[in-house]
Amino acid sequence: MAGLLALVIGLLVGCGVYLLLRARTFSVILGIVLISYATNLFLFAAGRLVTNQAPLIGAGPPYADPLPQALVLTAIVIGFAMTAFVAVLALRARGEFGSDRVDGEPREDGP
Amino acid sequence: MNHLLILPLLIPFAAGVGLLLAGRLSLRAQRWIGGVATAALILVAIRLLGIAAQGEISVYLIGDWPAPFGIVLVLDRLAALMLLTSALLAGGALAYAIGGADRAGQGFHALFQFQLLGLNGAFLTGDLFYLFVFFEILLLASYSLLLHGGGAERTRSALHYVVLNLVGSSLFLIGVGLIYSATGTLNLADLGGALARLDEDARPIAAAGGMILVAVFGLKAAALPLHFWLPHAYSAATAAVAALFAIMTKVGIYAMVRVLGMVFGHGEGMLADLFAPWLLGAAILTLAGGTFGAVASSDLREMVAYLVIVSVGTLLVGLALGTGEALSGTLYYLVHSTLVTGGMFLVADLIARGRRQGAAIVVGERPPRAGLLALLFLIGGVALVGMPPLSGLVGKVMILLAAQESPWMPWLWAAILTSSLFVLVRLSRTGITLLWSGEPRPGASPAASALIAPAALLLAMSPLMVAFGGWLTGYTEAAAAQVIDGRGYIEAVLNQRPASPLRPTSPL
Amino acid sequence: MSIGWIILLPLFGALAAPLVAGRTKAASAWAAAAATGTALAVALSNAPAVFAGETVQLFIQWIPAIGLDLGLRLDGLAFVFVLLILAIGLLVILYASYYLPPEDPKGRFFSLLLLFQTAMLGIVMADNLLMLLVFWELTSLTSFLLVGYDPSKKAARRGARIALVVTGSGGLALLAGFLLLGHVVGSYRLADVLAAGELVRGHDLYVPILLLILLGAFTKSAQFPFHFWLPGAMAAPTPVSAYLHSATMVKAGVFLLARFHPTLAGTEIWFYLVGGIGLTTLLFGAYTALFKHDLKGLLAYSTISHLGLITLLFGLGTPLGAVAGLFHIMNHAIFKGSLFMAAGIIDHETGTRDMRRINGLWKYMPYTATLAMVAASAMAGVPLLNGFLSKEMFFDQTLHFDLLRGLDWLLPAAATLAGALAVAYSLRFIHDVFFNGEPTDLPRTPHEPPRWMRIPVEILVAICLLVGIFPQQTVRPFLDLGATSMLGSLPAYDLAIWHGLSLPLLMSVLALAAGGLIYAARHWLFATHDRLLPRSSGEATFDHAAALLLSTSHRIMRWVDNRSLQRYAVWLVVVVLVLTAAPLVMHGWTMDGGLAGEPIDGVSLMAAALVVAAAIGTVVVAGRKRLLALILTSVVGLVVSLTFIHFSAPDLALTQLSVEVVTTMLLLLVLYLLPLGEIRPTPRWRKMRDLGLATLAGLGTAALAFAMMTRGYEPISRYFLDFAKPHGGGTNVVNVILVDFRGFDTWGEITVLGIAAAGIYAMLRGLRLKAPTHGIDGRPWSQDAHPLILAMISRPLLPLALLVAVYILLRGHNQPGGGFIAGLVAGTALILQQLASGQRWTGERMRLGYFALIGVGLALAAGTGLVALIFGRPFLTSAFTHLHLPVIGEVELASAMAFDLGVFLVVVGTVMLILENLGKLTSGHTQTPPVQPGEER
Repeated sequence: MAGLLALVIGLLVGCGVYLLLRARTFSVILGIVLISYATNLFLFAAGRLVTNQAPLIGAGPPYADPLPQALVLTAIVIGFAMTAFVAVLALRARGEFGSDRVDGEPREDGP
Repeated sequence: MNHLLILPLLIPFAAGVGLLLAGRLSLRAQRWIGGVATAALILVAIRLLGIAAQGEISVYLIGDWPAPFGIVLVLDRLAALMLLTSALLAGGALAYAIGGADRAGQGFHALFQFQLLGLNGAFLTGDLFYLFVFFEILLLASYSLLLHGGGAERTRSALHYVVLNLVGSSLFLIGVGLIYSATGTLNLADLGGALARLDEDARPIAAAGGMILVAVFGLKAAALPLHFWLPHAYSAATAAVAALFAIMTKVGIYAMVRVLGMVFGHGEGMLADLFAPWLLGAAILTLAGGTFGAVASSDLREMVAYLVIVSVGTLLVGLALGTGEALSGTLYYLVHSTLVTGGMFLVADLIARGRRQGAAIVVGERPPRAGLLALLFLIGGVALVGMPPLSGLVGKVMILLAAQESPWMPWLWAAILTSSLFVLVRLSRTGITLLWSGEPRPGASPAASALIAPAALLLAMSPLMVAFGGWLTGYTEAAAAQVIDGRGYIEAVLNQRPASPLRPTSPL
Repeated sequence: MSIGWIILLPLFGALAAPLVAGRTKAASAWAAAAATGTALAVALSNAPAVFAGETVQLFIQWIPAIGLDLGLRLDGLAFVFVLLILAIGLLVILYASYYLPPEDPKGRFFSLLLLFQTAMLGIVMADNLLMLLVFWELTSLTSFLLVGYDPSKKAARRGARIALVVTGSGGLALLAGFLLLGHVVGSYRLADVLAAGELVRGHDLYVPILLLILLGAFTKSAQFPFHFWLPGAMAAPTPVSAYLHSATMVKAGVFLLARFHPTLAGTEIWFYLVGGIGLTTLLFGAYTALFKHDLKGLLAYSTISHLGLITLLFGLGTPLGAVAGLFHIMNHAIFKGSLFMAAGIIDHETGTRDMRRINGLWKYMPYTATLAMVAASAMAGVPLLNGFLSKEMFFDQTLHFDLLRGLDWLLPAAATLAGALAVAYSLRFIHDVFFNGEPTDLPRTPHEPPRWMRIPVEILVAICLLVGIFPQQTVRPFLDLGATSMLGSLPAYDLAIWHGLSLPLLMSVLALAAGGLIYAARHWLFATHDRLLPRSSGEATFDHAAALLLSTSHRIMRWVDNRSLQRYAVWLVVVVLVLTAAPLVMHGWTMDGGLAGEPIDGVSLMAAALVVAAAIGTVVVAGRKRLLALILTSVVGLVVSLTFIHFSAPDLALTQLSVEVVTTMLLLLVLYLLPLGEIRPTPRWRKMRDLGLATLAGLGTAALAFAMMTRGYEPISRYFLDFAKPHGGGTNVVNVILVDFRGFDTWGEITVLGIAAAGIYAMLRGLRLKAPTHGIDGRPWSQDAHPLILAMISRPLLPLALLVAVYILLRGHNQPGGGFIAGLVAGTALILQQLASGQRWTGERMRLGYFALIGVGLALAAGTGLVALIFGRPFLTSAFTHLHLPVIGEVELASAMAFDLGVFLVVVGTVMLILENLGKLTSGHTQTPPVQPGEER
């Protein structure tokens, strides 16, 4: 199972990075979203994988490691705020230099 | 537990929230809130420095949960020094902004306070994940401050800045994950011990985590080749914001000292001396890049931005050397470069206001009150080049001396001194072009003293840092010692008893 | 009196001069003179001690960390220089107060002059290497300001800059040299350094140390090839030249040679380096001086040549050489100072310095002419004048030297030639200026200068004569004093004017005669000089170097930074890959930790397949079918939340789910406002590069994740599981962690939300975007802003949703849920309402401003934390009681829940604020007012 999740995380990172390197703001945003999914899963995986051991006292031990879950929850919230910000920033950029390119007006890219 | 430790967070938080709540307040009232809060912050920072200077490490258990389980604030000499530095810088920047720049957009003062909240938190926190949270706070605030005033140039550089830092945040989380997965803890003090005890098999994982953090902090510190966001962002930002940002790169340096230096460096073996060679390489690259950038700049603000990068390179040298001597020099140079570059951003703006050519380095109009501005420029320039009799020399010499033992010594010396020479060549020419050449612009209104004062005050720190150099270097030496042998920190944090006797201090 | 005053008094004078400048015309001059005079008095008050052979010292610890102490010493050598600096300083002040135009306030001038004087005194009195360096650089800075005293002159700006850069860079070298020297000696105290000669000369670092220190000395003392800054600096006001460029600053370099003679001198490399450079400079300077038409230019090059002579003397490394060098330092200071002043007078009176125009001034100012001629003869080394004596000693030294084996004749020959050239340019100075026909079109008709302006010149010339005729009675004591403290012991030497018919005398005679001939042949010489010698000056080289630096930097920066985010991001990815791979590769690692996980079940496999498809799909269509890409992305999000459920993280699942909904709505709005702009197709190689990087990043992360999951660890979490209920008052450990154990995290997290809201609001404010009438795929958008059906459904839905939200909020502490999720649910419901019915409808029903909502939430969260302080507990300490509610049942009413309520409010406020303001941009009544300057929210 670990291998499978690892592969999924890797794939999400790969796709995210590729999109991150695109020239359009929207692609970049999607790339960031994918990367943050992967990141959350990764951080979550740091607590190892167990099934049917939700950290709700009463069900009886063993319980999954609750700490990474709490961290991921915080990370998700912050990620949401950041996504919202960069998305609106993309709009702002379009408003300022009327293009959806991350570098503003199209320009020559060097090597 | 000393409740004073929470004030550097509560003051800006309260002010920021207040400014959000009382959105309809007049600008004048907003300025009052911001100003009073910042002034209070400076006083608290001075007090805290006094406490830390006595050498004991104060620990504050938030929620009264003992370390390593709860989140702790820790005040050691290093943290106190950073707090005061950023508070002083903020004072100058805010005073300048109140001169009129804060009109240019929405909610400047609230964002400014939140920025301070993030900075102070980053300096005080004793928890790795919480360092992440505060990074996010100060970054988000800085995004908006960078955009303050609007315009295409700001928007573009902000977009670049934001995207790169979002990736940085994700990397931070991955690094945290790796380190937690190996050690099972997040508390910096606890990590110090855990990493030192870590068994062979798990070390590479923690090492990878540490290396990712190097990249994250390198991005914050604008070390080459992760510096690209800085020059454009800083030269585009409003002067007051750019001045405040002078501390932002130093947050990255601080995090390196704290996490890479103290936490990872605590034990022996692979993890301890993992980073030095990389930092050394980055240091020389950064010095070179910053210097060439500064020489090539066609605009004074851009030049100062690149000089920030040069200072980062110098700091990285000290960091990479890692000895107490070197670290002490790093801290001294950190304070110096923060305050002086901050002041220089303001000077650049003062000059730009008086010329139709702005801060562009071309012979044009001479700004009004050129004599006074020239004096300020001279002070800042001398300090940045590292010429006597200002603080730049002291810091530079401290680092040069520390480098004497290193096998890289010739390279480091050559890099630092050559950089100084090139900067001297360029800065002298720039100052002459901007302030000695050209005719005064007819009917240009001279810069208000209310604007000149903040710049002068920030730059005045440089001679003060020399006058009281004996005391200050003594302090930085002690701070460096405290960081390098992390034992005091670790014991202080892990032995801090909760206020409530009922609180369990360990699992059943 | 303490020798500290010798430095402090001029410093005070420097502060006082500008303050009193307003009073009377001469006030600042008087202040300066008073300061200098008293300093001189203090120095003399220490004379008995110094002549008694002791070293008066002052030591105050300053910055031990770098070994920088306020260490001053007044030994014989320092004393001689102090007298020179202060005495000539007095004369220059007197001279300057008449030279400067009356309309000049003078305050700034004298302030700078005294600052320079302070620094110069510091150099000669410093007892600590770093202290010496500090003063050394201060002279560079102050001379920069003095040369550029009148910035409106281009020549002044340029001269000042070049002088600063050349001497400043020398200072950097000197810094390095001193640090090494101190490192070798183990101390920066001058006493220790002077005592450690053997050690230093024997050390491996001797050569680098020597080179670096000499670099400092030679740049300062204008030695070839660094000489070129001095002629440029002639743009300075003449008093400055008379002071800095004859008596003081240029002497700092040779002073260094004298000061460190015991430590560094006496080796072969010293001889060849110092002697060689000195000789070259001597000849080069003397030769060039001959061809200068500018009066001050001639003097500048003659200064260069004389400095070369002094350097050469020290370079010989013999005690007598050093004595002669010291002697010539004094003599040169005196006659050159007077010559500069005379030149200044001529300039002042005639309005030009071009010797092709000023001729025959004898008629107009015989008195000044006499003075100038005497001084010039001293420069030429005519008997009965001081210049003659030191030159004789020099000639004598060159004769008794045998390091060059077969070439021993070379040195005397060169010396004689230099002497001849000196005679020639001195002759030119005299003859061209005062005789040689009539002046040609002078700006004004010259006449004698004011009485007081001449006095300094008279005094100096008198000294030239006195020393020249009665050396034993006048200069000998000082020379002995300086020499003794410089060398430790006094070598036997003889200062008589007449040694009988000796070889040196012959050389002098030869020089005089040859000099006369050269001058006679000058016209022919000028012609050939102009014809043969190219105009290659050090200055041109300097400019070239500066330009090269500039262009190189430009090229580098253009190559490095193309202002493209893609480039930046690539660098970031590469750096991370390298850094992360490095330790794994270098220290070797096994990816599989061997911890057996659970087997893969079919559902997970399908889910994984779904993610793969969706993610890759997103990448493929992201550029073109963005709506589809967005949908695919949210599919990924859904599967991620399923993953959370599967792996026992219900809270995460709920959160992820609700965030997913809101994010998707948000991105939909963005998509609507972000039309697909035209774009250049990405070149294939870059697609490949990005693909490669993406693959590496993916594989790397996967490997790390796997390695992580297949290893055991000892988490601190047991604590949370053990005490969540007894001490946190909740059974949902994750939630208890969020609101209690690590409530601070949540506090920070909602702060982030608040800041995001503020920032986004600020961004949207004043942003006007024309909402497109057609969708991405060209189909027209429905004009119906608020479709009826949606309204009909959503309105009854709203209270239901809110109820659910409250339920989730309350149960959060024990069951999956909590303020954050509840907030998102409520926020989504309200937004749905909004979309269905438009702002007006909701607006009327939502009086409370969003920022108020956020602010109250934040305040509430922090408030619950602050309550604890009242009970003497740290910030955010929680408390709780049990409570029975109908329907919901057993509830812990924990203070943490008030905290959670705060979270709830912040989330609702943020979501509403963001989505509504975005919505405003899209919907019809989009007019958000532009920001007024000074407008408040």
